[in-house]
Amino acid sequence: MQIRISPTDGIPIYRQIVNQVKYLVASGRLVAEEQLPPVRKLAEQLLVNPNTVARAYRELETAGVLSTRRGSGVFVSDNGSPLARGEQRKILNDRIDALLTDAQQMNVDTDEVIEHVRRRSRHLKRSE
Amino acid sequence: MCENVIEIRNLSRRFRQTLALDNVDLEVPKGVVLGLVGENGAGKTTLIRHVLGLLKAKTGGVLVFGRNPVTDPVGVLGRIGHLSEDRDLPGWMRVAELMRYMQAFYPNWDEAFAEELRQRFELYAYAKVKTLSRGRRALCGLLIALAHRPELLVLDEPSSGLDPVVRRDILGAIIRTTSEEGRTVLFSSHLIDEVERVAERVAMIHNGRLVLSDNVETVLQAHRTLTLRFPGPLMEPPQLEGALSCNGAGREWTCLTNGEIESFRQAALAQGAEIIEEEAASLEEIFVSRVHGGKQKV
Repeated sequence: MQIRISPTDGIPIYRQIVNQVKYLVASGRLVAEEQLPPVRKLAEQLLVNPNTVARAYRELETAGVLSTRRGSGVFVSDNGSPLARGEQRKILNDRIDALLTDAQQMNVDTDEVIEHVRRRSRHLKRSE
Repeated sequence: MCENVIEIRNLSRRFRQTLALDNVDLEVPKGVVLGLVGENGAGKTTLIRHVLGLLKAKTGGVLVFGRNPVTDPVGVLGRIGHLSEDRDLPGWMRVAELMRYMQAFYPNWDEAFAEELRQRFELYAYAKVKTLSRGRRALCGLLIALAHRPELLVLDEPSSGLDPVVRRDILGAIIRTTSEEGRTVLFSSHLIDEVERVAERVAMIHNGRLVLSDNVETVLQAHRTLTLRFPGPLMEPPQLEGALSCNGAGREWTCLTNGEIESFRQAALAQGAEIIEEEAASLEEIFVSRVHGGKQKV
């Protein structure tokens, strides 16, 4: 499981873990029933406080992404797909918000942005 | 549950003209990793030396495990693992000799664990301490600090001047220590990203005074950076209520606020400024602002 912690960007570390695990699940790199490393192990691997990892796992459990099985560890929940779709939308929303903010600062209106998006999409398809 | 391993009350310390510690109050609860940050000469080492009983509190008091480290060194030091800044190990000893020698001081010395650490840190048993590289010497000091499985681990600038590999070993040791139940860690550092990763609580010390002491999470939540755009260029940093520091030039200024974001917003609006960006602040930015205030300009 590839998680990168960047302490300089102002996002709390537990949130970085939560976001990246959600991202891994949404992108299919973590699949249902897959086991996650135990708290201590992940803490040592990422070099962060174990409580931070525990907190991230708790939050992911509340969100339904992970489930804890007593004595055997933490697993990706199997009701993954609807949630993954919600997560996918959330990831895209964040990107779109950033794009719209930039566009607004450059005085480009939304229709023009959409036209741009279409053009880029055609461009990408052509170069594939 | 909420038993404090270290309790410091109104501690002041003066070295001739210099006030090294100014009325410091600090508690470290059991099981917590506390990161002590401050500039060089801020008083971090002086504080740590009081915890170890190497300095006697003249005003105020220091209790470690509920005991006074100066009058009861046996009851305190035997339960502390300590790595000092200058890693004052006897250079003429060989690693294995040093291990045997230190074993005599600590009734709880775990020989098997010490050997495991020696191998993990790749310390050659017959090497003389003085021939070790700086990194290996730090790991040798760490071995001695850990091998008696102390209840409290005290590290003074553990990673200063070390390469990233050794630094990882040291941070890993801190994390392993804390994940073993009930162990407490106090470490000082000026590498703030390290503190942000590993510590649960942070204490910032500046000119002998404790300027901030709280959960890392709480500190990060309370501070935000806001970028303001003023109607006209300003020659001087704006004076705004609730701002710890303001950096910038011309019409755009970035300010760090603490807690009272609403009153800051009001103050900014009253000066005709527009808030164009709001972001979370990193511990490093908070530290620099706390220590330097609005002095420095970018």
